[in-house]
Amino acid sequence: MTADPSPPSSPASAPARSPLFEARGIVKRYGNFTANDHVDLTVLHGERHALLGENGAGKSTFVKMIYGALQPSEGEFFWEGKPLRLSGPAEARRLGIGMAFQHFSIFEGLTALENVALALPPEPLAALEKRVREVSADYGLPVDPSKPVHALSVGERQRVELLRCLLQNPRLLILDEPTSVLTPQEAETLFRALEKLSAEGCAILYISHRLEEVRALCSRATILRRGKVTAEVDPRATTARALAEAMVGAEILDVKRPSGDQPRGEEILQVERLSLPADGPFGVALKEISFALRGGEILGVAGVAGEGQNEFMDALTGERRAPEAGMIRIMGSPAGRLDPTGRRRLGAAFAPEERNGHGAVGEAPLSEALFLTRRHEAGAMGAGGWLSRAWAAAETRRIRARFDVRAAGEDPPARSLSGGNLQKFLMGREIARAPKLLIAAQPGWGVDAGAAAAIQSALRELADQGAAVLVVSQDLDEIFALADRIAVISRGRLSEAYPAAEMTPERVGLLMGAGHSSPEAAA
Amino acid sequence: MEAFFAAMIVAATPLLFAALGELVAERSGVLNLGVEGMMLVGAVCAFIVALSTGSTALGAFAGAAAGVAMAGLFALLALGFSANQAAAGLALTIFGGGLSGLLGASYVGVPLPKAQPLFPASWAEAIPYGKAIFGYDAMVYLAWASAAAIWWFLARARSGLKLRAAGDNAESGHALGLPVLRIRLLAVLFGGAMAGLGGAYLSLAYTPMWGEGMTAGRGWIALALVVFAGWRVGWAAAGAVLFAAVTQLQFYAQGWGWRAPSQFWAAAPYLATILALALLAGRRTAGSAPAALGRIFRPSS
Repeated sequence: MTADPSPPSSPASAPARSPLFEARGIVKRYGNFTANDHVDLTVLHGERHALLGENGAGKSTFVKMIYGALQPSEGEFFWEGKPLRLSGPAEARRLGIGMAFQHFSIFEGLTALENVALALPPEPLAALEKRVREVSADYGLPVDPSKPVHALSVGERQRVELLRCLLQNPRLLILDEPTSVLTPQEAETLFRALEKLSAEGCAILYISHRLEEVRALCSRATILRRGKVTAEVDPRATTARALAEAMVGAEILDVKRPSGDQPRGEEILQVERLSLPADGPFGVALKEISFALRGGEILGVAGVAGEGQNEFMDALTGERRAPEAGMIRIMGSPAGRLDPTGRRRLGAAFAPEERNGHGAVGEAPLSEALFLTRRHEAGAMGAGGWLSRAWAAAETRRIRARFDVRAAGEDPPARSLSGGNLQKFLMGREIARAPKLLIAAQPGWGVDAGAAAAIQSALRELADQGAAVLVVSQDLDEIFALADRIAVISRGRLSEAYPAAEMTPERVGLLMGAGHSSPEAAA
Repeated sequence: MEAFFAAMIVAATPLLFAALGELVAERSGVLNLGVEGMMLVGAVCAFIVALSTGSTALGAFAGAAAGVAMAGLFALLALGFSANQAAAGLALTIFGGGLSGLLGASYVGVPLPKAQPLFPASWAEAIPYGKAIFGYDAMVYLAWASAAAIWWFLARARSGLKLRAAGDNAESGHALGLPVLRIRLLAVLFGGAMAGLGGAYLSLAYTPMWGEGMTAGRGWIALALVVFAGWRVGWAAAGAVLFAAVTQLQFYAQGWGWRAPSQFWAAAPYLATILALALLAGRRTAGSAPAALGRIFRPSS
């Protein structure tokens, strides 16, 4: 799906294949927790080097130290052979170290141009705007500099972040999970730009959990597990599966896929001509969405942000009500006017995209997170209508054991869990109810390969037990790994759902981009 | 009409000072609900210094300094100790009310010569409506000049951009290497100075005397104006003028033959401001609140 692994050209400007950056014995401790344990890593001039690891393996901690945002507890960095001590990100940028963050470090209230200006030495905005336009045309990264960032799509935001780095003429560019929310076409654009950049002599340190991308883009990969380097490999000479196993330190189970047509259950979710006006100036209106979902099947809804995905989720969960009750039926009952709790009582379960703040309250312990969606269950309420803490504690333990949720302590606050572990817990919370219908947004977002596979297996298992599962995701790998049928949401309209076997990423991408007047247009 | 206009500008001045200061603090991401308290302490300190030195300018300076000191206290709590900003601000208002009453106890009712117009009276008489242009004391011109300067600072200056960035996303700012806490500290102290000046204007020029609680809720109005203005300087100034105009209307309305119960006139400025807020809030201000407003930020190391 990704770029052609063109051999990296050796640029004349840089000494061929000599180390640009080196880390020796880097240790970072937080209290008695060691996030990085004697990490060694070398990046050569003009090299595209991958840093792989599970969530919580210490990748982000490590690159933040390279960027000067954190200080190592032990160990040394070298820049072109000389010891390097960074006082902060500003100094790193002066040296030519640029970083594009995983959760974009951009300011939504400012324009794209202002965002770029903040990271650069002072310069008149008019002159800078000209340079932004030049570089953006040069690298094929189109962005309107005068637009406020909150009005930009996710792909555009990332281009802003990347342009900001490029304008600093970086010699080492660090990218933290850059493609996790891009369409295949946008990712392709990004890879073209990165290849051009490294051909010009800039080294790239690329963090991703998408192993196919790493194999296509990078010539070396350093693998971190629990803060330690476990392997340094040529990703092109190994399979994605072997890479994933080196990251996780265990064999990864395949998601069992149903073989072809299998008998489907009754219709569990019916949506008929659901329309909703846009919510605010940057919202998307939903237009005449109709589909049905049967027990035993997984429907994948693909679509990038800003195309109505969030509105679609809100309408299905009941966070926004449908104009008419009959537009949404769960187990045959009209549910369009019900709130999320009412819909849960009909047997639905929901897993929102944002884990902290939407799926769980960051400060509250996990056992209390259970009550957010499951307080009406038998057992949750004890004698006299008081919430049963004993039930919550036992259920929390069960979920943590079954879904391998790793966290410190008996009942830690949700905020203290890594993204992948919190997601495993929240998916576990919903799946353990044995719902008739599960609607999940981006179940694998920001989750490492091992956890993603575990979540996918659990969703499959749930469907095999007769539940209907709907997965809304921007991650096509995830959609293709899971779904029996695939539909695409674009400009607030939902395409027809096609059997997964008939879909390709290219076809989905076309449906995403073009809007979808007819299936032929995308075929 | 000329007199009405002049009275309106004068009444708008303390609000303008306080609202502009709070606007800058909020754009940096700090919600300081202590405006009323800072204004009161500024008013009483300005009055005492002006009375004992005989200098209005020194008085105004003392008012600003007192505001800075109060804001420093708030910054210590809210930025230094990462205390809840709303609670720290409310505490500041209550503290300021008590402290100003204590400091000013022996000054209640003492008269002070009113601040003199900045320009010679002959200028005001030379042209029609001259009084509406040249008839004010120096602090009025300072207020409007600072409105223009703050607009320029926020919209055009690089340091203003950094301030807005700190108010939009502190974590990203920190990751980029912006000194987020220092920016916020400076913004809060500036807000204190402006609130202090607003208070000083009340006790030096608007009603040149000291009375306990003499700000009469203007600090709260300034806070509301910032929201109603969608955190934009021009709208905040317009809001201050609107509130002042409706306040002054009651003194002129009878002369113009408008009849309404006095309670209506007392309530009208608040009603007008709330109405304007309600009408404008939905459309104009959506999305323009600083995203990090009121959120505690602790830099990671």
